[in-house]
Amino acid sequence: MRLMLGAEAVVIPLGALLAGFAAFSLFLLVLGKSPVEFFALVWKAGFSSAFSWQNTLSRSAPLVLAALCVALPARLGLVVIGGEGAIVLGGLAAGVTGLAVGGLPGVLGMGLMAAAGMVLGGLWIGAVGALRIKRGVNETISSLLMAYIAIALFNHFVEGLFRDPGSLNKPSTAPLAESLRVGDMPFISAHWGVVAGALACILCWILLEKTTLGFAARIAGDNIRAAQVQGLPVGPLVIGFTALGGAFAGLAGFFEVSAVHGSANGSLIAGYGYTGILVAFLARHNPLAIFPVAILLGGFEASSGLIQRRMDLPDATILVFQGMVFIIILLSEALYGRFAIFTPAYWERR
Amino acid sequence: MTGRKPRGAITVEAVHMTMKFGDFTALDDVSIKIRAGSFHALLGENGAGKSTLVKCIMGFYHATSGEMLVEGFDAQMTDPKAAQELGLGMVYQHFTLVPSLTGAENLVISRADVPAVIDWRAERARLDAFMQTMPFSVPLDQPVSRMAAGEKQKLEIVKQLYLGNRFLILDEPTSVLTPAEADEVLGYVRAMTRAGEITVLMITHKFREVTAFADEVSILRRGQYVGGGKVGEISIEEMSRAMMGAAPEVSERNRAETVKTPVLTLKGVKAVDSSGLKTIEIDAVTLHSGEILGIAGISGNGQMELMEILTGQRRLTGGEIRLNGQPFGMTRAEARAHKLRYLPEEPLRNACAPRMSVAENLAFRMFDEGPGGRSAFWKDGRAIARNATALIEAFKVKTASPAARIASLSGGNVQRAVLGRELSGEVDALIVSNPCFGLDFSAVSAIRDRLIEARNTGTAILLISEDLDEIMELSDRILVMSEGRVSFETPIETANVTELGQHMAGHG
Repeated sequence: MRLMLGAEAVVIPLGALLAGFAAFSLFLLVLGKSPVEFFALVWKAGFSSAFSWQNTLSRSAPLVLAALCVALPARLGLVVIGGEGAIVLGGLAAGVTGLAVGGLPGVLGMGLMAAAGMVLGGLWIGAVGALRIKRGVNETISSLLMAYIAIALFNHFVEGLFRDPGSLNKPSTAPLAESLRVGDMPFISAHWGVVAGALACILCWILLEKTTLGFAARIAGDNIRAAQVQGLPVGPLVIGFTALGGAFAGLAGFFEVSAVHGSANGSLIAGYGYTGILVAFLARHNPLAIFPVAILLGGFEASSGLIQRRMDLPDATILVFQGMVFIIILLSEALYGRFAIFTPAYWERR
Repeated sequence: MTGRKPRGAITVEAVHMTMKFGDFTALDDVSIKIRAGSFHALLGENGAGKSTLVKCIMGFYHATSGEMLVEGFDAQMTDPKAAQELGLGMVYQHFTLVPSLTGAENLVISRADVPAVIDWRAERARLDAFMQTMPFSVPLDQPVSRMAAGEKQKLEIVKQLYLGNRFLILDEPTSVLTPAEADEVLGYVRAMTRAGEITVLMITHKFREVTAFADEVSILRRGQYVGGGKVGEISIEEMSRAMMGAAPEVSERNRAETVKTPVLTLKGVKAVDSSGLKTIEIDAVTLHSGEILGIAGISGNGQMELMEILTGQRRLTGGEIRLNGQPFGMTRAEARAHKLRYLPEEPLRNACAPRMSVAENLAFRMFDEGPGGRSAFWKDGRAIARNATALIEAFKVKTASPAARIASLSGGNVQRAVLGRELSGEVDALIVSNPCFGLDFSAVSAIRDRLIEARNTGTAILLISEDLDEIMELSDRILVMSEGRVSFETPIETANVTELGQHMAGHG
């Protein structure tokens, strides 16, 4: 019975994902392309070989962290969709810090870079939470608009104050010292950001499910009046959870800069923050589910180049796919509690 | 039915109206005649059947039996449209204007026959001509959102007249107005009835408005017509007695002698009310241990705001609240240290997280209780499960399983669950708001027993209730709130329902 009660949270998103696949297949058929070929290519590019897994995993690392920036505020009933801003600013902070700590031993230097990224990301999204609590500003809109501001600030600094004069046609900060580059893990050819993402998911799960803070956040997210009557610190909870989510997104920015690009530049603005929203919703904001879902979507992102070349489809095809899945996931939210088989009453009667 | 009377007031009569909802009789054989050109007041407590009666008149409800006469002719109120065609209109307690449109736009779009393309110049000319016939003016070119409440209320009335309605029902028209605005609006309405242009039926619970403006009054209590007549021939005492009924027996429940020491004191407390227009001002209230202090009042007189102040949901703009002599900031730690608990009204809406399970909802108070009074960091799942099993058993909460969502429980069971959560363990002070609202008789009785039991063991209980019978049955001392202030205080021994009723109606 307990199994069946929990199954609802797996069956419905899985069904929605499959429905999304079906809808996208129809879209491909209308374009005169083969859905079979599409999914075969996704498999090939994303999951079939060690090389494709490396590609998939390195894309899923920032997705995991960006998804946490959605899932943590979601516990308080907030829909924060501006994780992209925290990733970009976190990356900038990490890149700039890296230039200042070049003389320190690698681990310490990287620690400082990661900390700088997390602090700036946390302040950025924490401000969204503070605006909500203190001024009643809608967090969805403010986080989205702040993401645009973050990207503009990023461009301003990378093309101005922090620009490496050597970066000619792609404005970048100065390249990081080799000792400050996060390397690949042993055995698996993917960088340590994957492990950091997995650890962050486990930490968040513990915070949400095993601590009184997580429980208080759920009460406030479900009924803020009840939380206030109980005297729970709703304001600090909102600001704390949004800031923590922003810190994880900032950490994603650090890994992108240190492990992938080697400096802060325009490649950082890759839309991971937005795909992270889809990951979090598919995972029902459950941190443990975020990791596998991020790998799945990381695989789709990794396959976009191959699909473009082989099927003669535009780059944006994967975005169409993601958009379709997202809409069906949002629709599926209305299904919870509608199936008698998933309710305790059904099992009590038997 | 003859054709509709083009101008002037009409007579409306309800004959032997009965309305049943299942087993519940909301309206019991009520007959009421509102003569053409009269200003008729309909008095009654919350739930007396006033709204049901006017909804039957307006065709929103189909009366179980009884009939309606308009100008002496039988009228079938099959739906609200039928009522409108006969010239019956209603002004609701809350505004139904579109805030972003101007007064003129609101008037024109309210018509049933507006064309798809509106010739604003012609409409405007017609409107100006129409306004010439009105006894008062309203700003037609201003967006409604920028109007004062009194102007909006006048516009609502003008809208009904513009639609050609000659019989108006006003549902507590002054509840959102300041006293000066109320006098102005009602003065105009009375002038129009005197001029024979309209007939008015006004729902109210304010005696002052009845005596100052109405010609006739009808009083309902528990769905029955219990009195009425010409204003001036019936005294305020008679109205009050009819409205409140005979004094209920002061409880036979066993009241133990208790030691009374001050627990909660409010001094000069000030806050803005929910409309943002008026202030709540409570000069001095002291709640003692071992007593139930009842706060009576008609809904909308500041009791809801008082509850919000005490639960920390509404900010104080002045004054101070002390708990056991120490300043009280309404935090969880303070409430826990002083063993203060809350029972807000409508528990599912105000005290539960509807999508969380019964077990989790039962844990709201204990989940962060650590050893030695410190708050715990780790959630103890087993303790939460044990707590749930114990409370479900002790308070007889009927649920399919502790894992069921609390929203799937019946109202009585939700109330029992919340009662269990808040009344378990030692309770020194309890703040309760309308605890029996919407519950059946046996649940009500069980909850009242619990409150008396807690009082007898020395708990200080502040009972905010709109049900005067409940206040009379449970309280040791009664305060009346009216217009955001405490207007009257009496010990239960000398409490008198008629007198309380007058104070509740703002007629002290």
